[in-house]
Amino acid sequence: MSAAAVPSPIPSTPAAGSGEEAAGGLYRDAFRRLRRSPTAIVGAVLVSAFVLIAVLAPWIAPYDPTAVDLTDIRPGVFPGPSAEHLLGLDQLGRDELSRIIYGARYSLLIGVVSLSLGAIVGLSLGLVAGAFGGWVDGLIMRLVDIMLAIPSLLLAIGVAALLGPRLISVMIAIAVVNVPIFARLLRGSMLAQRRSDYALAARSLGVSRSRVVLQHVFPNSLAPVIVQGTLALATAIIEAAGLAFLGLGSPDPAVPEWGRMLAETQSFLASAPLLALWPGLAIVLSVMGFYLLGEALREALDPKLRR
Amino acid sequence: MTTATTPRDAVPGQLAGEPLLKVRDLTVTFASRGRRAVRAVDGIDLDVAAGSTVGIVGESGSGKSVTSLAALGLLGKRGVQISGSVHFDGADLLNMPDDELRAVRGKEIAMIFQDPMSSLNPVLTIGRQITEILVRHRGLSKQEARDEAASLLQSVGIGDSVRRLRSFPHQLSGGMRQRVMIAMALACAPRLLIADEPTTALDVTISAQILELLRTLVAETQTALVLITHDLGVVAGLCDTVHVMYSGRIVESAPRRPLFAAPEHPYTNGLLASVPRLDQPRGIPLLPIPGSPSDTLPWAQGCAFSPRCTRREDDCLGGPPPLAPVGHPAHLLRCMHPVPTGERRV
Amino acid sequence: MLKFAVRRLLLLVPILLGLSILVFLFVRALPGGPETALLGERLTPERAAAVRAAYGLDRPVHEQYVSYMGKVARFDLGVSIQTQRPVSEEIGRRFPATVELATMAMLFALVVGIPLGFVAGRRPGSWIDNASTVGSLLGIAIPVFALGFLLKYLFAVRLGWLPTDGRQDVTLTTEHPTGFFVLDGVLTGDLPAAWDALKHLVLPAIALGTIPLAIITRITRAAVQETINEDFVRTAEAKGMTKSIVTRRHILRNAMLPVVTIVGLQTGLLLSGAILTETVFAFGGMGSFMASALFSRDFPVIQGGILFLAVVFVVVNLIVDISYGFIDPRVRAS
Repeated sequence: MSAAAVPSPIPSTPAAGSGEEAAGGLYRDAFRRLRRSPTAIVGAVLVSAFVLIAVLAPWIAPYDPTAVDLTDIRPGVFPGPSAEHLLGLDQLGRDELSRIIYGARYSLLIGVVSLSLGAIVGLSLGLVAGAFGGWVDGLIMRLVDIMLAIPSLLLAIGVAALLGPRLISVMIAIAVVNVPIFARLLRGSMLAQRRSDYALAARSLGVSRSRVVLQHVFPNSLAPVIVQGTLALATAIIEAAGLAFLGLGSPDPAVPEWGRMLAETQSFLASAPLLALWPGLAIVLSVMGFYLLGEALREALDPKLRR
Repeated sequence: MTTATTPRDAVPGQLAGEPLLKVRDLTVTFASRGRRAVRAVDGIDLDVAAGSTVGIVGESGSGKSVTSLAALGLLGKRGVQISGSVHFDGADLLNMPDDELRAVRGKEIAMIFQDPMSSLNPVLTIGRQITEILVRHRGLSKQEARDEAASLLQSVGIGDSVRRLRSFPHQLSGGMRQRVMIAMALACAPRLLIADEPTTALDVTISAQILELLRTLVAETQTALVLITHDLGVVAGLCDTVHVMYSGRIVESAPRRPLFAAPEHPYTNGLLASVPRLDQPRGIPLLPIPGSPSDTLPWAQGCAFSPRCTRREDDCLGGPPPLAPVGHPAHLLRCMHPVPTGERRV
Repeated sequence: MLKFAVRRLLLLVPILLGLSILVFLFVRALPGGPETALLGERLTPERAAAVRAAYGLDRPVHEQYVSYMGKVARFDLGVSIQTQRPVSEEIGRRFPATVELATMAMLFALVVGIPLGFVAGRRPGSWIDNASTVGSLLGIAIPVFALGFLLKYLFAVRLGWLPTDGRQDVTLTTEHPTGFFVLDGVLTGDLPAAWDALKHLVLPAIALGTIPLAIITRITRAAVQETINEDFVRTAEAKGMTKSIVTRRHILRNAMLPVVTIVGLQTGLLLSGAILTETVFAFGGMGSFMASALFSRDFPVIQGGILFLAVVFVVVNLIVDISYGFIDPRVRAS
C-alpha cells in the first residue's frame, strides 16, 4: 500500500518506520506469493475474463441482446446451438450468447456499485468506531448488530421494496447488506492492531493518536477488508440472482440479467434445459472466480502463513 | 559413538552388554514438494545406557529435537525420510508396526516437551490427560486411575491434588503445567525419559525447581534420561555424558567433566564462552559466536561450522572431519583444529 | 454461565428496541401503504383514509409505536392484511415448517460436512481433499434457487423419486399437534405420514443445506489441519494413545470449536436461503411468507415477522455461545 510512500513530516522514528514497512511489506509479500498460487491464477483468469467480457460486450457480442427474431420461434420449440447462434435462441428468439455477454455488464455493474457503496459506508462506520472507541463505538456496533440480526436477503428485499423496482434499488439493497459486514470487520481488525506491540511502540515514542491510527493501524487493518471485498463481489452476483428470481430487479424484461434469465427458464426446463445451463454456468464461473481470488488473497495476506 | 568405539567405551558408567537405546547412523531429511530437501539430522550415533543421563546440546535448528522425534516415530510420514537404525532394548523402533510402537511410547519411553501450555490439550482436564495414559498402558479402572493420578501429582509437588485433577491447563501456572507433564511422563515408570527443552519456556527460579524435580525422580526410579537443551548450564548439573550437535551432526561428545574442563571443539568452546559467569573478573567481555546457525555449509563440502569459526583453515573444507577420540577414549571430537589449552574460555 | 446468559439476554433488549423502531419506520416509509394492497383498483382517497384510520395509521408515528409495543409486550402482533388472521397465529403456523427445513438442512450439512472436512484435512492433496474443495466451491457458487430447480428437475420431475413440492401429499389428511410434520406423524402414530413428510423435506433440505455444507467442510478441514500440528496432539502421540483416541479425543474435540461458531453464524444465512428454497418448493414456511408480505405491504406481518426472526437469530446465537462455553473451558472461565 501507499503508507510507505507517504513522506513523513516528522523525523522518522524507528517504530514509525517499521510500522510503515510492515504494511508495505505485507502487500509486496502477498503479491509475490499470489503469483505462485494456482488458486490465485485460476481466480484471476476467471475474473479477468469476466471483466473483459463485460467491458467489451458491445464489440464482441454477435447480436443485439434485445433484438427479437421470431422467425424460428414457436411455442415449445427452442432452436438450439447453431452456426449463426452459438448458444441458440431464447424463448423470445433473442441470441443467447449475446444476452450472456451483455449480462456480464449487469453483474459487474451491480457488483462494483454495491461493493463500493457498502464498503464506503461500512468502512467509514468501522473506522470511526475503531478510531474513537467508547460510546461512539458502542452506538455504531449496536446498529451493526441490529442490521446483522435481520436475514440478509430479507434486508435486501426490504430495501428493494422501499426503493421500488429499479436496477439501482438492487445495488443499494446489496450495498446495505455489505455495510455491517465491512464495519464490523474493519473495527475488529483495527482493535487488534491498536493493541499490538508496534502501535504501542509508536505511541510511546510520542506519535500522536490520530497519526498512529491513520498511518499505521488503518493500512495494517485493511488486509481482511481486501479479502472481504473480493468475496463480496461473489456474494453480490449470487444475491442479485436471488433478488431477480423473486422479481426484484430491473423492471425492463429485455434487460439480460443472468439471475432473471435463469429464473425465467423454470417454466420450460424440460424442453430447453440448455437455456438454464448457460446463465447458470455464467453465474457459477464468475462467482467462483471472485471466490478463488478472495481465498488466495486471504492466504497471501495472512501473516500467520508468511514464511 | 562411531563404529570405531564400542558402546561400552562410549558410555561411561555402563557395565556390559547392549545399551538401552542405541541409535546408529540416523539420518532425517525433510523434503516437501517444490522446496529444497533439508537434511536435519545427518548420521547420528548415540547410546543411552539404562539409568544414565545423557545431554544433547545445540542451537535451535541443530537437529537435536528432530533426533528424538524421529526415533519415536513422531515426525509423521509426509515429506520425511528417515534412515539408519534405532534400537530400544533390542527392539527396532524404526521398523516397528504402528500399534506396537504406540504400546512402547508413553509406557517404556516417555517424553516431555518445551512449551507446557501448548503441549497440554486445552479442552481436557489435567486429570483426564493423566488418567488416559494409566488406563491405556496400565489397564487401571477409571477410579483406580484417578487415585493414582492424584498421587502422581503429589509426587511432582502439586498439592491439593484431588481438586487439581479437575483443573484445565489454562488454570495452572507454567511451572505447574510442566509438573503435570512430568507426572504424565512418569505415570508408567518408563525406562527412558526424553526431555526436550523442559525448562526453556519457564522462569529461571521455576526452571531450577523443575530440573531438581527431574533429577530426583530420575534417580529414584532408575529412569534413563535424555535431556535436550541449548543451555550448557542445564546439562552441567544433570548429565553423565554430553553430546554437542551442530547442523545435524555430533561435533563433540564426552563425559561431563572432561567436556567442561577441556572443551576441544571451537563451537563447544564458543558456547561456554558466551555464557556469563560469576567466577570471572568483571570487565572480561563475553565472546559470542559470530553469525547465526543459518550460516552453515553442507557437511559434504566440509565442516558445517567453518563459516562461523575463528580457527578455520583451508583443510576444513575437504569433506566432513571424522569423529575421533582425543585424549580420553570416551571424548570424541569432529574438528581439524581443536582449541589449544591456552585459548579455552573455561 | 448463568450470569453470562443473563447478561447476554439483557444486552439483547436495546438491540431489539432499536430494531423495532427501525422496522416500524421502515414499514411506514414503504411506497404504497396497506390501502393500495387492500383496495387495488378501487382505491379512492376516502376509502384509503378509512383503511388508514382502521389500522391506526392516521395517528402520529410515536403514538402508533407506543401502542404497538404495548401490544407486542402482550404477544399481540396485530392482524395480517393478507389473510385477516392474527400475525402470531400465522407465524405459529409457518415457523415450524422453516424450523423443520432449516434443521434438516443443517443436519445434512453437519453429517456430510464434518467427516468430509476431517478426511480432507488429514490427507491434504488426496483425491478426496481435491474433490471436496471443488465440490465446496461449486456449492457456494450455485445460486440456491438454481440448485433447487436442478434437484427438483432431476429427482422429482425426471426420475420421480421424490415429490416436487409442498410439505405433504395433498391426499393425506393428518393431524398436526406440533406443526412439525415429521414429528406429528410419529406422535400420532401415523408413520406413513411421517415418511411422506420426510420425503418432502429431502430436496429442499439439500438445496438449503449446500452452502452451509460447503462452509462447514472448509472450516473443518482448516481446523483439522491446524489441530494436527498442535503440540498437544504430539503429546498424545508421545503418550502412546491409540489412533482412534488421538483422533476423537484430541484432534476432533479441538477442531470442532470453530465449527460450532460457524453453525451459529449460519442461522441467519439459512433464514435467507429459506426464502428462496421455500419459494422454489412451495414449502409454505416463514421465509416465503415474509417475502410475500413485503410485496403486498402487509405491514403487521413485516413488523412482527422481522422482530420474531431477529429474536430467533439472536437466541440461536446465544445458545451457540453458551454451548461453546461447555466445550471450550477457556471461554467458560472468562
